[in-house]
Amino acid sequence: MSSQEKLSILSQAARAEIDHWLTKYPPEQKRSALLPALHIVQDENGGWLSPELIEGVAHYLGIPPVAAYEVATFYSMYDLQPVGRNKVKVCTSISCMLRGADELLAYMESHLGIKAGETTPDGRITLKKAECLAACGGAPAVMINRNYHENITPEKANELLDDLE
Amino acid sequence: MIEVEIDGKKFQVEPGKMIIEVADQIDSGIGEIPRFCYHKKLSIAANCRMCLVDVEKSGKPLPACATPVTDGMIVRTRSQKAREAQKAVMEFLLINHPLDCPICDQGGECELQDVAMGYGQDISRYNEGKRSVKDKNLGSLVATEMTRCIHCTRCVRFGDEIAGMQELGTIGRGESTEIGTCVERSLVSELSGNIIDLCPVGALTSKPFRFSARAWEMEQAPSIAPHDCVGSNLNLHTLRQKVMRVVPRENESINETWLSDRDRFSYEALSSDERLLQPMIKENDEWLVTDWPTALTLVAEKLGKIAQEQGANKIGALLSPSSTIEEIYLSQKMLRKLGSNNIDHRLQQIDFSAQDSMPFYPGLPMSLEDIETQNTLFLVGSHINHEQPIAGYRVRKAALLGCSVFVLNPADYTFRFPVQDKCIVKPSAMPNVLAEVIKVLLEKGIEEPVAGLRELVNAVQPSEFAHTLAAALLTEGKKTIILGAIAQNHSHAGHIKQLADALAKMTHGHVAFLTAGANSAGAWIAGGIPHRGANKKNLTHPGMNTQQMLEARLSAYLLLNVEPGLDCANPLLANQAMSTAEFVVSISPYFCHKVASYSDVLLPSVPFSETAGTFVNAEGKWQSFKGAVQPQGEARPAWKIIRVLANLLELPEFDYQSCDEVYGELMQKVAENKADSHFSLSIPSYLPQTIVGIERLTEWPIYRADSLVRRAPSLQETVINDSPVARMSLDLANRLQLSADCHVIVKQGEGEAILPVELSDTIPDNTVYIPAGFGLTAELAAPFGAISIERSDS
Ligand code: SF4
Ligand code: FES
Ligand code: FES
Repeated sequence: MSSQEKLSILSQAARAEIDHWLTKYPPEQKRSALLPALHIVQDENGGWLSPELIEGVAHYLGIPPVAAYEVATFYSMYDLQPVGRNKVKVCTSISCMLRGADELLAYMESHLGIKAGETTPDGRITLKKAECLAACGGAPAVMINRNYHENITPEKANELLDDLE
Repeated sequence: MIEVEIDGKKFQVEPGKMIIEVADQIDSGIGEIPRFCYHKKLSIAANCRMCLVDVEKSGKPLPACATPVTDGMIVRTRSQKAREAQKAVMEFLLINHPLDCPICDQGGECELQDVAMGYGQDISRYNEGKRSVKDKNLGSLVATEMTRCIHCTRCVRFGDEIAGMQELGTIGRGESTEIGTCVERSLVSELSGNIIDLCPVGALTSKPFRFSARAWEMEQAPSIAPHDCVGSNLNLHTLRQKVMRVVPRENESINETWLSDRDRFSYEALSSDERLLQPMIKENDEWLVTDWPTALTLVAEKLGKIAQEQGANKIGALLSPSSTIEEIYLSQKMLRKLGSNNIDHRLQQIDFSAQDSMPFYPGLPMSLEDIETQNTLFLVGSHINHEQPIAGYRVRKAALLGCSVFVLNPADYTFRFPVQDKCIVKPSAMPNVLAEVIKVLLEKGIEEPVAGLRELVNAVQPSEFAHTLAAALLTEGKKTIILGAIAQNHSHAGHIKQLADALAKMTHGHVAFLTAGANSAGAWIAGGIPHRGANKKNLTHPGMNTQQMLEARLSAYLLLNVEPGLDCANPLLANQAMSTAEFVVSISPYFCHKVASYSDVLLPSVPFSETAGTFVNAEGKWQSFKGAVQPQGEARPAWKIIRVLANLLELPEFDYQSCDEVYGELMQKVAENKADSHFSLSIPSYLPQTIVGIERLTEWPIYRADSLVRRAPSLQETVINDSPVARMSLDLANRLQLSADCHVIVKQGEGEAILPVELSDTIPDNTVYIPAGFGLTAELAAPFGAISIERSDS
């Protein structure tokens, strides 16, 4: 790919939004905008990042592609495979585990008929395990798209899942 | 200074040092603190935890690599608490390690193996399945076995910090962390092989060396790298008279702990099938193997006869700039005693107009280390990361310390360091840009260092770049103009040099040359040039330079490790001159079909690994080395071949018994004579016109630079190895109605070549990059100048 092609993979709108974030950091610290940039591009791409998009972001920020790839593969907020319309993340770290997260997850898996990491056949929901969501006080915690839900029981989970479009 | 106590010993140290640095000091008397991620040349990651030590007043053991010493600190590296912590970490690190030492190339020289011997247990408590990681294909130089990786990230940090291009990264997290590239791709860094040395386990090993020997079977012999003017120090590892691999030998003032891939992997060529192993003579167009006396007698008779009947100036010698100083000294002594000054090692150059004002030898007017202390560096016609990778790293260090690097180049090379400002113009416009900078300086009131300069540059229109650069050069501090290969090989190399001299003079800076081959400096010192002998003085009747020798169609040529079609600036002319010569003798470690087609005698010499010799690097350091293995077959060191030849020619004073005697004689000459050091500044009489139409740009690509590296298969396979192409901008291709998938006929004088088109946004308009060093491009003429291009329909 030429540098032109690498850049043109990002939409005008995405670039404009990244530019906005770039103004918040010193010009030689473009790397700082990597997290928001990846979010912007992911949101625009139906919730997931392809290697080409990650490289496009890296190119746009002038950092090595692998440096962007490291970040995209590190955080569970980024998905590297196509996802459903809603992302449901169940925390299975220690506090939540002690408060029944494993059972909660098992319940959700059977309710949706998929395993963690999979997407329902109708493309409605992608179910994922998450590491500590920093909501230990309300364990077990679940994050649905951008929203937190705490003290989740199977009944509450039912409601939440069924409400999703 | 503060005082710390480690294992009962007291040390006065500077605050800010880490515990491990203090313990690592030579003569500290402290046993080695185990470590994996720590490396003295890399940033501190403190991620392996192997270096935990017991620090008094700290509850937990602390990592020695990341704990700065404080006054009165008491550290125990082998107390029970330290030991327990170290053992626990070791056990943890081995959980997922495959323990496959018997089939691992690192076995016997593995940091993990060594540390496990000291801190591991013989029984594993871990009965669960170990994880396994898919191997990555990193190209032809580095082999991977990623299941062995312990995630120390030395390789990752190396890319980011030293190589200046992060290629490897830590992908994923937690238990699924892997070291890898973004999408699977080969390594591009010209220093990539260093990660083999850095990797403390067998995850990254040498692909060419793989499974060919065990570390403990080999012997180690010190030597000097034979490719560039840095003169990196290295060790040859040999087994049964064969060089099995090359590793760096630490020398802080030259290559530190690093080695370029070219210096590390070119050893493959030492045992190439193309090695010439016996003297050969041509009879009725057939090559016959013969013995040394027959071959040498024939050469002596022929040369003697030509000298007598046609005059010695009908004989010329072309020498590889990577010949040893002893070989060069003896060659020129023989030629000159015969009566000919026609000798040259500047094979890639075409403009010699400024040769009389060259210093004693072209090089750095400072040490390599001093590059780092420069405040402004101006690279002119240099692809430094490919030409002298280790010098490129020094420039990177300078830039990271705040040095402003400016670049004037005929192609927009990617450098491994930040560039302040660059000016990319077609080759023929380069002298003009220098003139522009001079004009700005004059306008700013800097005095004309030599009369006529103002008039010379009067007509140019300074660009913004010229203004920025001039301002930078006028600031306080150390500044150096580095002339690279393109500046030296340029068709107006003399102009470039003179203008650079003037620029340096006006701004109190220096001019540095980074020259071709491992021993250009040595060649100048030893008289491997037509206009000076080994006594530092310009001759009143200089001999012919490379270009003149080829143009003059001499009767006899002596080639010392030269493949004229691949090494000379004008391969077309070179091949023609050789073909029409009455007698050509080639002294070379290799049999090359092209050279054989016009030679009359082939004398097998040995590469650097099989002879004693000396290279002088760009700083002027004389570095001698000894042969590490016996000469292969009947091949002999070139200095001996030349000595015997001189004996047979009955030339006086050629009674050397050893290479040391040659060295001694030359050293004495150098000491006795004073150099014509203070050349008056001279300026060119005109400024060259920029070529209006399409012109050629040439480089000797990193892995096509000499006969040795051209025969190293693994380097040839790398992605950074160039191929014979016609590379141009999209604009030019569009105007000529060419596309990336077509071929073009390139015409240059009588020369013609058909080459594939490659599009690149690094090449300025109306410029076509065509590399030298390939058989395909050897049908063309000079490296620079106008060319014509048309679509080839075949
Ligand atoms: S590959 Fe080697 S150097 Fe790189 S992180 Fe793994 S163990 Fe360390
Ligand atoms: S452990 Fe679940 S939110 Fe912290
Ligand atoms: S060497 Fe200190 S933590 Fe790795």
